[in-house]
Amino acid sequence: MSDPNQSVVLVYSTSHAIRIERLLKADQTPCKLIPVPRHLSSDCGICVRFANEDRSTVELLLEQTGIEVEGIKPM
Amino acid sequence: MKTVYLDHAATSWPKPPEVSEAMVKFLEEVGANPGRSAHRRSIEAARVVYGAREAVAELFGVDDPARVVFTLNLTEALNLALRGLLKPGDHVITSGLEHNAVMRPLRALEASGVAVTLAPHTEEGDLDLARLEKAIGPDTKLIVLNHASNVSGVLQDLSGVGEIARAHGLLFLVDSAQTAGCLPLEMTANGIDLLAFTGHKSMMGPLGTGGLVIGPRVDLERFEPLVRGGTGSRSESEEQPVFLPDRYESGTPNAVGLAGLEAGVRWVLRQKVETIRQHGIDLTTRLLDGLRHVPELVVLGGGEAMARVPTVSWQLPGLLVSDAGWRLDEDHGVLCRVGLHCAPAAHRTLGTFPEGSVRWSMGPFLEPGDIDHALAAIDTLARKMR
Repeated sequence: MSDPNQSVVLVYSTSHAIRIERLLKADQTPCKLIPVPRHLSSDCGICVRFANEDRSTVELLLEQTGIEVEGIKPM
Repeated sequence: MKTVYLDHAATSWPKPPEVSEAMVKFLEEVGANPGRSAHRRSIEAARVVYGAREAVAELFGVDDPARVVFTLNLTEALNLALRGLLKPGDHVITSGLEHNAVMRPLRALEASGVAVTLAPHTEEGDLDLARLEKAIGPDTKLIVLNHASNVSGVLQDLSGVGEIARAHGLLFLVDSAQTAGCLPLEMTANGIDLLAFTGHKSMMGPLGTGGLVIGPRVDLERFEPLVRGGTGSRSESEEQPVFLPDRYESGTPNAVGLAGLEAGVRWVLRQKVETIRQHGIDLTTRLLDGLRHVPELVVLGGGEAMARVPTVSWQLPGLLVSDAGWRLDEDHGVLCRVGLHCAPAAHRTLGTFPEGSVRWSMGPFLEPGDIDHALAAIDTLARKMR
């Protein structure tokens, strides 16, 4: 399910996904935990989906908290 | 018969009602395997486990909840740390007041070529920091110490040992079984690199919960996991991941227990650890004062209430501790633990090996009247002996 208006944060651990979700929700930035799309990664876990327009907010949050992620990819 | 539960050093009881509520809620409303599948229930289960991680991190003043690794209990956490970090040729220093959760893994490692030193205690019963520091050699990698003895309840000087560990570039592992949740305990302030905790004592969670908090000075590449397997992450790889917490958390976790643990720790945080600590000091003061009225009775380890967790071990000369425990239960409803408390090294240090002691350990729901009930029981026992 690709979506040109959305991106995902690919994470190493489920714990990181939940942490990012909590931080974004506290910041009132909409996001959703979804299964990792197979065309982006072979990981069977979850990732954090967000709207492209919030990309700078997400990047800033990752930078401030030091959460290491696999990457941010457009859906 | 009124019963008084004085076995909180083994496990706390009762738990705050929120603990069983959270566990029932998990079983009935969530139920799925956390972090394995990606459907809503699995994600909700992962949120529950993460909630427990967050609460534990808050309790110990840790910024990143991913540094909290959950294990079956504190013993497993200590085994993970000791067996994962120490290699043949390494040297480790511990104290003479340790539980078998530390001593047995260390003795097994000793047989495989790890050198083990027990730092001595002074005449006053304090850990001899000068002699501990002198024991450090070129191969020393780690100091492992309990925060308070599970036998005498007496506190050890964590920050003093933490400073020594830092000064010599050693890792510092702390067994917080008797203190986490009933005494303020911050990782950084005490120079702790690895903090092993149990969820079911003063953190007020259910049995089957515990873990290890891993500080930033620990090199994960050189810290081997105890168990390897599925983590719900990096499934394409047959190698164990290196990142936290997954590196040390293989297989399905005790999510229902962790739901209860979060509720227990949140309860502790709401009550405030300092308030719980003061309550413990008040009960211990009352108990120690009362025990002084039984002249034959010998309390193990020096120190007033401030220098202890709410645990007091004693002997009544001429009365076997097993008989004391039995009579206390049968005749007075006082429930406690007697014997060696899985800590022969501590009893040797305290001079009570092999006969052991009667241990009375208190928790946050006990009231002064409960202590008076236990004191009346010991008074009756002592009178019968005279």
